[in-house]
Amino acid sequence: MFPTNSVGLVQPQTLIFAQDEPFPLESGAALSPVTLAYETYGQLNAARSNAILVCHALSGGAHAAGYLAPDDAQPGWWDDCIGPGKAFDTERYFVICSNVLGSCYGSSGPGSVDPATGKPYGLHFPVVTIGDMVRAQVRLLDHLGIERLLAVAGGSMGGMQVLEWAAHHPERLRAAIPIATTARHSPMLIAFSEVGRQAIYADPAWQHGDYYDNGKRPDAGLSVARMVGHITYLSEQSMHQKFGRRLQGRERYGYEFQTEFEIESYLKHNGDKFTRRFDANSYLYVTKALDYFDPAGQHGGSLAAAFTDSTELAFLVISFTSDWLYPSYHSKEMVKALTAAGCDVTYLDIESAWGHDAFLVEVETMTRLLGSFLDRLGSEA
Amino acid sequence: MAGVNGERAAAYAALRPDLQAVADLTPAGAKVLDLGCGDGALLDYLVRHKQARGRGIELSEAGVMACVRRGLSVRQGPLEEGLADYPTASFDVVILSQTLPFLDDPAAILGEMLRVGKSALVSFPNWGYWRCRLELLLTGRVPLAPDLPQQWYDAPRWQAVSITDFAQFCQRVGIDITAEIYLNRGRRVRIFKVKNLLAMTAVFRLERQEGSGRM
Repeated sequence: MFPTNSVGLVQPQTLIFAQDEPFPLESGAALSPVTLAYETYGQLNAARSNAILVCHALSGGAHAAGYLAPDDAQPGWWDDCIGPGKAFDTERYFVICSNVLGSCYGSSGPGSVDPATGKPYGLHFPVVTIGDMVRAQVRLLDHLGIERLLAVAGGSMGGMQVLEWAAHHPERLRAAIPIATTARHSPMLIAFSEVGRQAIYADPAWQHGDYYDNGKRPDAGLSVARMVGHITYLSEQSMHQKFGRRLQGRERYGYEFQTEFEIESYLKHNGDKFTRRFDANSYLYVTKALDYFDPAGQHGGSLAAAFTDSTELAFLVISFTSDWLYPSYHSKEMVKALTAAGCDVTYLDIESAWGHDAFLVEVETMTRLLGSFLDRLGSEA
Repeated sequence: MAGVNGERAAAYAALRPDLQAVADLTPAGAKVLDLGCGDGALLDYLVRHKQARGRGIELSEAGVMACVRRGLSVRQGPLEEGLADYPTASFDVVILSQTLPFLDDPAAILGEMLRVGKSALVSFPNWGYWRCRLELLLTGRVPLAPDLPQQWYDAPRWQAVSITDFAQFCQRVGIDITAEIYLNRGRRVRIFKVKNLLAMTAVFRLERQEGSGRM
């Protein structure tokens, strides 16, 4: 029914905590209760030492691998890398993925019901940070009875969570694998985030985030936000290869304002598709968390100072040559800081034409690299 | 796993003679940085046989992949950039094997090696070898390095250097050569008087002279 190297049918799970004592957030606000959606793959060993936490990116969720129903067309978002014999080999490792706070795939977010009003939070949901997302994951580990993770891995925003784990909870992990990520958003990246948010604000259906009961959602705004984001996930080269200047279903220019180029059609399709699966308010919250993330800023501007307690960890930093969202030099800055802090760092800038998306696409190289790196951790454990 | 270990044992037995010389000059338990570590053969050996704590810097993706496969910690990138990131005296030994002739700025790299490391191990082919001299004299062609296949037109570009050149450089900039091994066709030779004539490869341990400042 499912491919043999798939984890097969998986069961979404939920942890609810902070019912009695509110969960304090970095902003000073607090949240109660907190719901975390998560999934696990593989078996936790008797020593509870083979757990790997996988962190998802902006629009991902806890469903990282396998299928939710027998007739499910699409497996989880990182199914290429999680399963028997894959990079995160579920025959050997117990893989955990949880949906981040503020998102819309089962964890507490702006679309969740505010117990104070009985209605969706909307913008009354407190602003959350990468640090809050990770502290919620720490609660999940406590719940699962896992003292120390073998590794935390993730790409893009997932990579930020990895860095947060390494900087603030180094005693809870053995290795950190930040992939195609950055230790802080540059002004240009904040600018891209803001264009996405402005597109949502500008949609009359947004109603300051209070749209859940209106029967009309800010799909137009969210779709434009996704289109902008999607451009940054590709590369000029990959766009050339995939679309060129080809026209969609026509021979010559129409000299009119219709979708004419293939790239236009592709972006529109992706924007529309996204509105069917993602919540506009969550997009606002999660992109804000990306923009706030700045471990160096918490240490007087020194990224190395953020990792002075992380010297027992093994780091595997991976970037991709054509990624212009989180370019290789962002990873090199990270490697430089980790080196200066005295951490054990392995770094590879993988040659790829696929832009930021490469971390989901370059499966073969990633499988070899992650497989070897995890082998070493396993042999030391 | 026995098979894998067997293969590895075979690989150790075949460690290149110049790498073996470098390994022999590396104290047990040392913290080691290998510049241009390639596929990690030397680092792997040092980690397993000398209980070294090894790190590497390597330019090629294939090299880094091979090193990770061996379970080594290696950073991809150019030597200059990588070296600059390490704190002063963070290694016991910094290794530069058979890479000296290819460096753009050898003086700067050697200076950095002795900042980052308490000592440096450097191996290089000796263009002062008698065959090189004879080749230039008899054929008028620029001699190839004794152990390197590179022609003058091959990339990366190289700069011929002899043992005498190198020793004079060290003296001028305040570096002591505290150990030396000379190889001829892979065999160690004890030829301290006429080493520049008879050695094909030199392996030196370098330390900064007492009281000498930065180069």
